[in-house]
Amino acid sequence: MQKTLDKFAIGERGVVKAVAGEGKIKRRLFDMGITPGAEIMLRKRAPLGDPLEITVRGYELSLRITEAQCVTMNTADETTAGEAKQ
Amino acid sequence: MKRFALAGNPNCGKTTLFNSLTGATAHVGNWPGVTVDKRDGVYKKCAEPVAIVDLPGIYSLSPYTPEEVIARNYILDEKPDCVINIVDATNLERNLYLTTQILEMDVPMVIALNMMDAVERQGDKIDSKELERRLGVPVVKISALKEQGLAELMDKAFNESQKERRGTTVLKDTALAHLIGDLRIALSGQNVGNPLFHAIKLVEGDEIEVAMHKETLPMVEEFKKTFEDEIFGNDFEALVADGRYKYISKNFAPVLTRKSAEKFRTTRSDRADRVLTNRWAGIPIFLVVLFAIFHLTFSEDFLFISTFANWANSPLPTLEDLGLVVAGEPINYGVRWLATIYDGAIFAPGVIVNNVWNDMIVGELFGWIQGLIEGSGMAAWAVGLLNNGVIEGLGAVLSFLPPILTLFLFFSILEDSGYMARIAFILDRMFRRFGLSGRSFLPMIMGFGCSVPAMINTRTLADEKERTATVRVIPFFSCGAKLPILTAVAGAIILHFANGNGSADLITYSMYILGIVVAIVSVLLMRATTLKGETPPFIMELPAYHAPQFKNLMAHLWDKTKHFIKKAFTIILASTIVIWFLTHFGFDWRYLGDEEINDSILAGVCKLLQPLFTPLGFGSQLGEYGWVFVVAAVAGLIAKENVISTFATLGACLIAANIPALSGFDPALLEDESGIQSVLAMIYATGITVPGLISFIAFNMTTIPCFAAVGTAKSELGDKKRFKWTLVFWLAASYIVGAAIYTIGSWWWTLFIWLAVVAAVTCLIVFYNKGKIKIKFTKRS
Repeated sequence: MQKTLDKFAIGERGVVKAVAGEGKIKRRLFDMGITPGAEIMLRKRAPLGDPLEITVRGYELSLRITEAQCVTMNTADETTAGEAKQ
Repeated sequence: MKRFALAGNPNCGKTTLFNSLTGATAHVGNWPGVTVDKRDGVYKKCAEPVAIVDLPGIYSLSPYTPEEVIARNYILDEKPDCVINIVDATNLERNLYLTTQILEMDVPMVIALNMMDAVERQGDKIDSKELERRLGVPVVKISALKEQGLAELMDKAFNESQKERRGTTVLKDTALAHLIGDLRIALSGQNVGNPLFHAIKLVEGDEIEVAMHKETLPMVEEFKKTFEDEIFGNDFEALVADGRYKYISKNFAPVLTRKSAEKFRTTRSDRADRVLTNRWAGIPIFLVVLFAIFHLTFSEDFLFISTFANWANSPLPTLEDLGLVVAGEPINYGVRWLATIYDGAIFAPGVIVNNVWNDMIVGELFGWIQGLIEGSGMAAWAVGLLNNGVIEGLGAVLSFLPPILTLFLFFSILEDSGYMARIAFILDRMFRRFGLSGRSFLPMIMGFGCSVPAMINTRTLADEKERTATVRVIPFFSCGAKLPILTAVAGAIILHFANGNGSADLITYSMYILGIVVAIVSVLLMRATTLKGETPPFIMELPAYHAPQFKNLMAHLWDKTKHFIKKAFTIILASTIVIWFLTHFGFDWRYLGDEEINDSILAGVCKLLQPLFTPLGFGSQLGEYGWVFVVAAVAGLIAKENVISTFATLGACLIAANIPALSGFDPALLEDESGIQSVLAMIYATGITVPGLISFIAFNMTTIPCFAAVGTAKSELGDKKRFKWTLVFWLAASYIVGAAIYTIGSWWWTLFIWLAVVAAVTCLIVFYNKGKIKIKFTKRS
């Protein structure tokens, strides 16, 4: 199933499908390791609900909901199915 | 001398490595044109001494942040003899992303694999020999913290610096390889240095490269027309970034063997984070931390021991009660030391340091020098200049040093431990409303202590506009030195106008709140007009928590101390001398004693300025002696402490001047250090009203801050024009706030005029901004 990263529940995992967004923000997301194929887990939301904390490529990254909306994800169940096929 | 550059991600241990390599030779300055720290030093243990330059911590070599541009231009233009790329072994993939970009440059390179101990503690292994083989450049395992492997690293780097290295790329297997190859050949045909690096940046559509190599750009455009990737389309920037990470995951990441297969491990740092940024506990914990910092720095009742003792009806004795202080004088030298720690209450560590520094070190030393000068038989004006101008001035500035350093120490601990990033994380939501990010909160709150470290701390803000806005509103967060002004005037108001019935504290608190409100309104206004721009993004690493390094903390503090002392002895010293001249000489160039201040040049100028303050309630309507408030406000521009001492001088002058309104006023009362009596004398002499007095303190709180803060703002803002406008902004803000308070306080119905003006201005800005968008749209279509 596909959804954007901001829709994730806490603890939910997935694989990046695509990254949209305006040039500077997209480049920053890429530079920080959010590229297609990267696995991401949503760790938590800040006490006021925004920003989010994710684990990507083995480290913790914080980003806002508006920035997370740029990241389209394949959610975990599909990933495991994909792995099984391989 | 050979030059080696240190490059790496933020939080990879780069500064620790730099400090270990250079030790006492380190020097901190600024990169030209920007306020990004530039550190350099010398490493002496190689075959020959080597200069080390610490490049800013970066994640990539994109053109979007000043740090990244600095680092890339340094390597390309200054051509260091070797680049030492520090790689955090606990975070291999993301760190190697930068490595793949530096590899593309024609520069000798060595990888320093840092934090291997942390990797091994988790039971993981990294095959550094295999990594070296795959990267094609030497890899050395080091521990910057324990200073292990540094000699080997530097020997390898020295060795490499004697060889040439051509850039290599990890993009050989991507669809863009051909284009990159062609561009590289074309660029080397044009004798461009680092052709591979430039070729790849050109493919990325990097704005700096595109401007630099316009004639080669059509090759990329041509290729783009025929190219279509199924995921990325023809977004080459994305394709390149993706290519790098793909290569890293496939070829470099396998050198790491993990003990557990779980990709999203929960480390000790994560467990700590679960509490510290907890949905419910996060904000309360943060408030406690903040309170603790201020308590440890400024509290004269450490851990509230004295307050508790009072509750228990057994108050702690003061030194006077104990007979150790008689008639205000300590009975011996030992008691003076005791008085720095305890007097009816135990002082917080910050206060103790402050007392020791000011009473025992600076006070003692300067007192001794002043005694020497007084006994030297110099002319009265020379003694006055040296003692009251130079030495008192320096003393006033140096007295700031302890609270600045104490606050800085705490904030460095927060920064180094990784908690600072979490504070930004917790508070971002609140600050975004004002067009700022969570990061700007700390500098602002530091302003309650002292504006100087607060402004320096804005360096943690990435966005230039956000930084300017933050620097500008920091003085509105009333600093420690402004508190005495508030308490003196508020105390006098309650005594004189309310017969002592009422709470002076209430006035003080409302002034603090007023400062915050003015700050919020100003930020909103600036972000809507002169400092327009999108809210800066918040894509930020949350580094793993770790214990702060003592050595790093001390290096930080030492930098700040040097910086501050340099300023104290240059710009601030010069200004205090000028002000001293203005207050101690008349227009006839006659030297004036302290009591003759109303004949001074400063008083003359302030009498001229007096009418300007009429709308604020302390101008012409106060009559002959009204200028005293203006002098006090002007004196505050040097140091806000001066306002209280000026009150005392002015009070004495007024009584000496035999004004009828002051007959029966006991001059002995002016000895009172709080300044309340001096303000009372000024109230009697001028007949100022309550709104006028409140307007006076509000003006002092929001106007141009002290010299030290102005000097800091100047160096932090960098840009001269921006600094000038900042001064104008402070003046305008304080003038408007003062005028609003005075007029509304005196004639309540003017409130409606002010509201109408506010509404009109708001509408104007909103419509102007909307109108602008429309213009842009029509132009585009």
